Amino acid sequence: MLKIKNVSKVYEGGKKAVNNINLHIKKGEFIAFIGPSGCGKTTTMKLINRLIETTEGDIYIEGENIRDKNVVELRRSIGYVIQQIGLFPHMTIAENIALVPKLLNWPLEKRRKRAEELLKLVNMDPSYLERYPDELSGGQQQRIGVLRALAADPPLILMDEPFGALDPITRDGLQDEFKNLQQSLGKTIVFVTHDMDEAIKLADRIVIMRAGEIVQVGSPDDILREPANDFVEEFLGKHRIMESRPNLQTVKQIMNKNPVSITEDESLSQAIKMMRDKKVDSLLVVDNDNILKGFIDIEMIEENRKKQSSVYQIMETNLYTVEQNTLLRDTVRKILRNGMRYVPIVDEEKHLTGIVTRASLANIVYDSIWGDQELIP
Amino acid sequence: MDTLIELWNYYAQNYSYVWEEFYKHFLMSAYGVLFAAIIAIPVGIFIARHAHLSKWVFSFTNIIQTIPALAMLAVLMLVMGLGPNTVIAALFLYSLLPIIRNTYTGIRNVDQALIESGRGMGMTKFQLLRMVELPLALSVIMAGLRTALVIGISIATIGAFIGSGGLGAIIIRGTNVTDGTAIILAGAIPTALMAVVADLGMGWLEKRLMPGRKKSNNEQSNAI
Ligand SMILES: Nc1ncnc2c1ncn2[C@@H]1O[C@H](COP(=O)(O)OP(=O)(O)OP(=O)(O)O)[C@@H](O)[C@H]1O
Ligand SMILES: [Mg+2]
Repeated sequence: MLKIKNVSKVYEGGKKAVNNINLHIKKGEFIAFIGPSGCGKTTTMKLINRLIETTEGDIYIEGENIRDKNVVELRRSIGYVIQQIGLFPHMTIAENIALVPKLLNWPLEKRRKRAEELLKLVNMDPSYLERYPDELSGGQQQRIGVLRALAADPPLILMDEPFGALDPITRDGLQDEFKNLQQSLGKTIVFVTHDMDEAIKLADRIVIMRAGEIVQVGSPDDILREPANDFVEEFLGKHRIMESRPNLQTVKQIMNKNPVSITEDESLSQAIKMMRDKKVDSLLVVDNDNILKGFIDIEMIEENRKKQSSVYQIMETNLYTVEQNTLLRDTVRKILRNGMRYVPIVDEEKHLTGIVTRASLANIVYDSIWGDQELIP
Repeated sequence: MDTLIELWNYYAQNYSYVWEEFYKHFLMSAYGVLFAAIIAIPVGIFIARHAHLSKWVFSFTNIIQTIPALAMLAVLMLVMGLGPNTVIAALFLYSLLPIIRNTYTGIRNVDQALIESGRGMGMTKFQLLRMVELPLALSVIMAGLRTALVIGISIATIGAFIGSGGLGAIIIRGTNVTDGTAIILAGAIPTALMAVVADLGMGWLEKRLMPGRKKSNNEQSNAI
């Protein structure tokens, strides 16, 4: 459908805004361009409808080099939603929507019907047709901006941050509405956004750009699972990677399966010896069936050494445990939030099966961010 | 009181003459502005596209503006002789600056996003001008015409000195007779009235032509 081949753009003054990009977009695909401000997203978009001309390279639409097409006809055949909405304040909503059809010399009757039909698509009352843009809310205006791009039924639509200026709730609604619309109409869409959540939600494939170059292209899942480099990770945000991975993992998969434990009838001197050997300052206490009973730590032993001699006499039985099949996500949150140093992990019958320490959590976070597949601490 | 009665009598006796001069006066002003508009609006559009030329055009029209009306008429008279055509030529010259300046400002102030939106949708240059730039600049251009017309009406009064007629002729007649106060007023009052009505009328038109329902652009119309 759309093929971008070795395309570069150097602005007058030598600014290289787009540097040798290649991209192949299939029919019906929803592509989101994302990247930091000034990385060349808008420039790429304008190269496609020739609002600016490429310095090098070629762009093909349906196999035809856009350079060989009449520029006015080319633009009329591509829907375009600009970053600032850009509705004409002196035209009614009907005139705004049906502008490209007018340029294409559709008869008035047909234009009118088309505007009505489109307005229905976004559940707006036909009475809006005769209103002027400044009588509409921001969300309604952006809807009209999108409808205007759809008016002449172009197979390809370029959208430059079409929902950028909206509050999060309105944006969310409009995104859902738009995604449905796109799927039912089967348009090919090239979409620019600043908002990673928007890209993940809407796009079939995400194109991540930096300084005029494409850093990574892939489905949202691919990119979350395997960010190409540090920049992409940084850009995705650690929280998204964290959330996308541990979501599926249980505590069992990442816990340390060899917790340092002691049976409750052992002596305190035995406990001290074990602490020294294993270089820990507290021990989990279990009974002979390995059922978790409590814990002791070095301070408790210090205080009670003279009066007591067995572990079970001084252990603390009130402790927080996590069942081994709980999702890691929830555990991570609890441990981090409550400031616990570790959490013992048990099975359904309270058998001690493992431990998750704060330190091992740090490793998990680290591993998942740096892309290792094996998440064993 | 006497003056008022005299004035009344003057109108009663000469109403057709006063009307004729009024009409003539108005036509001279209107033609001057009209011809200026025919030249000045395209020039304004042109320099809005080629901003580097605007400096030259504005210096030139500014110089015209600083020439005193009487001097201008005298010079034009040497070339064109006596009569209303010379006055129209002077009004034409004086109207250039306000109209060019407002056309330039009006077109330049059209939101860049709208221009890009129009281009992106596949408008030709001419369609962009006709469907976007001119309609959006129209109220500012009208404000320029309004300024030009009001200036024109006052300058046309002086035209009577070179035999163009108009309400100025009545005023001059009044200054030439003893106790001519009533006659001077008989010429001055309709002149003032014409200026005020023209100003109000054009102001109304300007508002009507404001794009959309946007009222916030009001300040722009005073650009000159
Ligand atoms: N007409 C121009 N002349 C010179 N440089 C330009 C021009 N337009 C854009 N640039 C520069 O090219 C680079 C890319 O700009 P572009 O507008 O494509 O960025 P963007 O990714 O769309 O940014 P944003 O997210 O802020 O919209 C920027 O450094 C910008 O300053
Ligand atoms: Mg941009």
